[in-house]
Amino acid sequence: MDIVHLEKMAIEMRKKILQISLACKNSAHLGGGLSLVEILTTLYGSVMKFDPKNTEWDERDRFILSKGHGVLPYFTALNLAGIISDEKLFSFKENESDLIAHPVMNMALGMESSNGSLGHGLSMGVGIAIASKKKMRSNRVFVVLGDGECNEGSVWEAAMSAAHFKLNNLVAILDYNGLQSDGDSQVVLNPGDFESKWLSFGWEVDVVDGHDIAKLHASLNHKSDPAKPKIVIAKTTKGKGISFMENNNEWHHNRLTQGFYDKAMSELV
Amino acid sequence: MGSRATFGIAILLLAEQEENLMVLSADLGKSSGLDRFCNAYPSNFLNVGIAEQNMIGIAAGLAKENYKVFATSFAPFVSMRAAEQIRMNLGYMNLNVKAVAIGSGVSMAFLGNSHFGLEDAAIMRSIPNLTVVCPSDCAEIVKTVFAAAEFNGPMYIRLTGGVNNPVVYKEDYDFEIGKSICLRTGTDITIFATGSMVYESLEAAKILDENGISATVINMHTIKPIDSDAIDLALAKSKLIVTVEEHSIIGGLGSAISEYISKFSNTPAQLTIGLPDEFIKTGEYRYLLEKYGLVAEQIAENIINKLKQK
Repeated sequence: MDIVHLEKMAIEMRKKILQISLACKNSAHLGGGLSLVEILTTLYGSVMKFDPKNTEWDERDRFILSKGHGVLPYFTALNLAGIISDEKLFSFKENESDLIAHPVMNMALGMESSNGSLGHGLSMGVGIAIASKKKMRSNRVFVVLGDGECNEGSVWEAAMSAAHFKLNNLVAILDYNGLQSDGDSQVVLNPGDFESKWLSFGWEVDVVDGHDIAKLHASLNHKSDPAKPKIVIAKTTKGKGISFMENNNEWHHNRLTQGFYDKAMSELV
Repeated sequence: MGSRATFGIAILLLAEQEENLMVLSADLGKSSGLDRFCNAYPSNFLNVGIAEQNMIGIAAGLAKENYKVFATSFAPFVSMRAAEQIRMNLGYMNLNVKAVAIGSGVSMAFLGNSHFGLEDAAIMRSIPNLTVVCPSDCAEIVKTVFAAAEFNGPMYIRLTGGVNNPVVYKEDYDFEIGKSICLRTGTDITIFATGSMVYESLEAAKILDENGISATVINMHTIKPIDSDAIDLALAKSKLIVTVEEHSIIGGLGSAISEYISKFSNTPAQLTIGLPDEFIKTGEYRYLLEKYGLVAEQIAENIINKLKQK
């Protein structure tokens, strides 16, 4: 792992996120996108194995953005990984673009699944992980969940089954930023103690600073229990990296105008 | 023989030739006739527990990795509890999963409306990319399962009928998804039937014959895509179009045919026979079919009355 390189990548991702958000002249999910930057930097910059020239390589690690509205860092990560071209990236939210507010399955663009409706991705990840085990592959399946998304009961059906089927090739990452569409997650629907919940569902659980690339990297590459799926509960800040967006839910889904863009860019050095 | 046992045998036969088969159940493996299959091919079977939404997601993940997947449960649990999973995972991503509804229609008898499949074809039919098939008898269930395994794309297979399904086909025949089968040729009216109602409609046609009405009977095993060629032929030669289904009169075969016919002017009248838009009484299967006018004599009488009105 080259930490300097990854930190540069994270800054570059935030810049590109701002650029495409401005260029699309439309609202975008900035808050929950920015909280994911270090997570996707670590996955696409270091942890996951994939071949940008062959996105259907059998042994690739699979990635599912179950928190489907987190596309801003996803598309930019795929761009920086050499899978999505600059031209394609800047088609974000053009009419009939492949790149909209949620992932649409497109293997040529490195997108394994369609998401947007919450609570679907972990189940599909379980299915893929079972398939990988049956086919004796050594790859892993990564699924990014949101904390608000965990309101959905289907997440817990999937969680139970992943432990039941002993899917040690499945890694979930919980983007725990504490805010959801209508506000504070504690107020909307108190999730209780995520760590003990996932532990009681039979998962290996690690809690890390979701903006610390070195710690994310270490956690994503470590397993203490070889028979369990693992979840990395990544404590994050919604809107991370842009002072006026941090923990400000007005930026959950909002339009970035030139003035805000200039201000935000000036903070990214 | 009944639909469930037949389905179980069909899957068992399929497993003999299909290595990439995966069959999923949401804790209803035994009730779905899958006992023998589970014992013979344990590694091709996955019980996901009572969690149909998760079952469809897992099915999608397996299909993404090139398994041929049959995901099974009772009709309302597959088509309604997991409706949005089917829409997102199977429809939107166009993944090769066959969602199999065991015991659709009112065959669950005393288990009541919680277990009936009244609206399932309507819901599944409205999801883009989905094919909807409702076989007419046990032989056709086997043919459907084998055809489904060769068919690349998401499908909803709707099994109707009771414990002892009457036989529609006494001899072998060609079955093709999307292509209806003309079982009887008549000159006055055309009856389009699906699932359990194919047999009843054939019997009704015999009664109609005795009453001087010559009926064509078409087995519309595929509800989506609808076989428009067969409807064109019927429109050209029939003075009445009849649809018969063990499903709500809203959204099923009758609706599918109406939608197609409505494109034309001066078409024959249509009589839609099916379950009313209400929750159904409970009772023995045959009792329910009779109560709601879905046995041969009642279908024939309904048609005769309609023709008298004209």
